[in-house]
Amino acid sequence: MRDQRLWTWHVGAGIVILVFLGLHMAIMHVDTLLGVFNAPRTEAIDWENVVHRAQSAFFVVTYVVLLGTALFHGLYGLRNIVFELNPTSGLKKAVNVVLLIGGIGLFGLGAWAAIASRAL
Amino acid sequence: MAATNTPSEVVFRVRRFDPVADASPHWDEYRLPYTTGMTVLDGLKRLKETAAPTLAWRSSCRMGVCGSCGMFINGRPRLACNTQITELGTNLVTVAPLPNFNIIRDLVPDLFPMFDAHQALKPYLIRDDTAEQYEPTDEFWQSMHQLEEYLQFSYCIKCGCCMAACPTYATDPTYSGPMPLGQAHRYNTDTRDGGFQARKEVLAGEQGPWRCHYAGECSRVCPKGVDPAKAIQLMKRELVLDYLRLRKESCPAKVAGKPAASTRREGIPDAPPPTVQRAGV
Repeated sequence: MRDQRLWTWHVGAGIVILVFLGLHMAIMHVDTLLGVFNAPRTEAIDWENVVHRAQSAFFVVTYVVLLGTALFHGLYGLRNIVFELNPTSGLKKAVNVVLLIGGIGLFGLGAWAAIASRAL
Repeated sequence: MAATNTPSEVVFRVRRFDPVADASPHWDEYRLPYTTGMTVLDGLKRLKETAAPTLAWRSSCRMGVCGSCGMFINGRPRLACNTQITELGTNLVTVAPLPNFNIIRDLVPDLFPMFDAHQALKPYLIRDDTAEQYEPTDEFWQSMHQLEEYLQFSYCIKCGCCMAACPTYATDPTYSGPMPLGQAHRYNTDTRDGGFQARKEVLAGEQGPWRCHYAGECSRVCPKGVDPAKAIQLMKRELVLDYLRLRKESCPAKVAGKPAASTRREGIPDAPPPTVQRAGV
């Protein structure tokens, strides 16, 4: 049952990533033409634009959601690759624990960075 | 398109293994005169009659129906009875037992793990009305459209070629594999069946379809044209929908009602008289 749940989340995370990655591409590469998210006639990576996005609650939520879904999607994929090597059940448990702790740690660090950058 | 050149002689390179006498498998080479229409199975039988009387393999029907003679022929899992020598495009025929299985002897693979996985997925109709199932009063109703949903998967002959071609099964023997998963999907899709939740005990776990990353080799090698890779992807979808509680539970089909008394339509001509007179008539 656990694999059914994990796979469903994996697919769901993929869909979320698709949407948010689309948003990222629009902001970073298309917005120079659109001028919706960034100040007109400026680059997306200009410091004032970076600060502007970091201070926006919408973007902070976006960053945290994208980080969470991408981490889950990627680490679940890595787990599948490792499991294909047919490890012992003890090693499987160890892989699960390492990926879970690593994932939570990376998510915590990234989420803290996204939230803390509001103070810029 | 199959090669049309016909060799005068065929060289059989056969992987031999006798668990009593051999420490590991080895290759033996035999030469046979080619005869028109010769299949790999014909060649093996000729070898057994002449040069290799102890050669062992499984075969039965000789017409691609029983699924016994799955072998690794010229680098691809195939049915020996269904493979013409000319089809291979060379007069060198390399024959080995199906990969991904232990070898019992010569060309005989140990298919028990496959059939154990098959059995664990309950490949039969599961219904609440067991009395009706075992002592039916009539047929279970099913439309042609509903039949089409699973028909191609029911052509599987359990030869094991898909299991031998599966890259996931090659490294992970705990994975159920394309044949058992394809057959589980065949029954899950059958409207006469109500056993999805019973099969889910295995399907939703680690042995289920999650290990498949859609290499598609199983479908490419299937001698019956079944598409187990498709079945596995469809099963993933069903299981995701089930987790999200969006899966439509199709109750097992009801027993078909007795047809009303039939009357002959007008305008239908009588059948022509028989052209052959039966004896004693």
